[in-house]
Amino acid sequence: MIERTRETLTVNMGPQHPGTHGLLRLVLEIEGEIVRKCTPVLGYLHTGIEKEMETRTYLQNVTLVDRIEYVAAYMEEMAFYLSVERLMALEVPPRARSIRVLLCELNRIASHLIYLGAAALDLNISSVFMYAFADRERFLDLSEMVSGQRMMPGYFRAGGVAIDLPEEFFPAARSFLDDLAHRIDEYERLLDDNLIWRQRTQGVATLSREDAISLGATGPVLRGSGVAHDVRKLLPYGGYEEFAFDVPTQPEGDAYARYRVRMEEMRQSRRIALAALEHLPGGPVIVDDRKVALPPRHELAHSMEAVIHQFKLVSEGYHPPAGDSYVATESARGEKGYFIVSDGSNRPVRVHVRAPSFYNLQALPAMVEGRPLGDVVVAIASIDIVLGDVDR
Amino acid sequence: MEQGPLLDRLRPYVPWGLAIPKDEGGRPTLLVTPGALLEVLEAARTHLALDALVDLTCWDRAPASPRFEAVYLLGQAGGSDRLTVKVQIEGDQPRLPSSVGVYPGAAWPEREVYDMFGVVFEGHPDLRRILMPDDWEGYPLRRDFPLTEEAVEFKGHTPKVPSEIIPFFRPHSPSGSGGDPPPVPG
Repeated sequence: MIERTRETLTVNMGPQHPGTHGLLRLVLEIEGEIVRKCTPVLGYLHTGIEKEMETRTYLQNVTLVDRIEYVAAYMEEMAFYLSVERLMALEVPPRARSIRVLLCELNRIASHLIYLGAAALDLNISSVFMYAFADRERFLDLSEMVSGQRMMPGYFRAGGVAIDLPEEFFPAARSFLDDLAHRIDEYERLLDDNLIWRQRTQGVATLSREDAISLGATGPVLRGSGVAHDVRKLLPYGGYEEFAFDVPTQPEGDAYARYRVRMEEMRQSRRIALAALEHLPGGPVIVDDRKVALPPRHELAHSMEAVIHQFKLVSEGYHPPAGDSYVATESARGEKGYFIVSDGSNRPVRVHVRAPSFYNLQALPAMVEGRPLGDVVVAIASIDIVLGDVDR
Repeated sequence: MEQGPLLDRLRPYVPWGLAIPKDEGGRPTLLVTPGALLEVLEAARTHLALDALVDLTCWDRAPASPRFEAVYLLGQAGGSDRLTVKVQIEGDQPRLPSSVGVYPGAAWPEREVYDMFGVVFEGHPDLRRILMPDDWEGYPLRRDFPLTEEAVEFKGHTPKVPSEIIPFFRPHSPSGSGGDPPPVPG
């Protein structure tokens, strides 16, 4: 009689591995092809952003904020400034609110396009990767028109946005959104008709509804497990209450369900962005409180007061009153929020980033344990982590 | 959600003397003692249906006492109820009971708070550093942990402190002149 022994082999995946979408290391104990235990090891991209933010003024901090979830920088700025604005009890003008929503939704589309391209590329479907990134390029062009930067825009300000949208933005954004409708359909056809894509995602990396909730997963991961949880709907912020959209969910909880949720979300984001573009209110794009907002450039030429305000704001910055604040927002990956503590000085005492990728990654072992090794790559792609967000 | 109802619904289940409701800009907040923490979390989970730990973090209140304040943000999957639970802990080696038994999702954030502030969560199944290297000394997000350039061994180069570059202004300082540096606990 042959004696069977149960032996496990420990395999190290990452930190340099194309399937981990960044610097992530997984220690996998495998028995044959089956993963018995998965231990994520984090911190390879830890840059101490939360500590750095304590040494900078609020205006300077936006530079760091953009670099956390760098593929969804507009949403990152939205979360940061909403929290600062709650501390300062600032009311944002309607035009600025709509511009913010518009850019956040365009950014969500671009972020989901990265997911789509990367997830498809992991399964060697490189055509979808090329198409998705070509479309994302059009968002980057829009971003450049608006803020001068393709990524890391630094466009939002406390109380509004830096400058109004330029004229050439409107036709470009409209044509991007017009084309997007049939582009999304095309991607869906390309992938849904692809047997490899379906077989490698359906029933793979399954996360039950209970596990998703208890492990703190949010965003498309939670909605892909059948929970209709969208902060934009449940706790509307920054003007989202004025827009009509649906919250797509899928009950299966597998990688395919997360893909379906994101595809539908792109359509909903397009709907919000079109409505914002259509009914953009007039008026100023930032509060006229000179203690918070920089004076317009043209005033600097003939107003001494404007020069003083400019100098004070740039060198010293504003002083939010003492206290703490947290505003939940729905980023492309889930709930993003800034817990900011102020002591009344020009720099925050503590900034903590509620990072959706960090919590979603916590659910990874529950998805891959007991499943073949090859599913790990699919699972990582399906939760769409950004390591800058995990490690901060 | 309203400030009143959520906290009122919780009132019968927790020792109110150990939990102080606070009004913080419409956010329902409870300040609890470390001993009552688990009881409050469990009551919130069972009786308020707050089934998700949205966030768990901490901050250093130095030089105030008690020195650390841990902040638990509880939420509801598919619902809009939110409850902030704060607990203040004293000392250089602060300790708190681990909430992993109530919220399994607390495993990683508790490791992060331990990593950054040195708060020991008793009963945590796997309390190790998570973001910093395993052999790191000190707790980086404490206020007395200096933020300096990495010590690179160049001759005649002293690492600079980035916080020296930006002048610190006292709360509502009347002029643009620089004030005292931020307080560093002894």
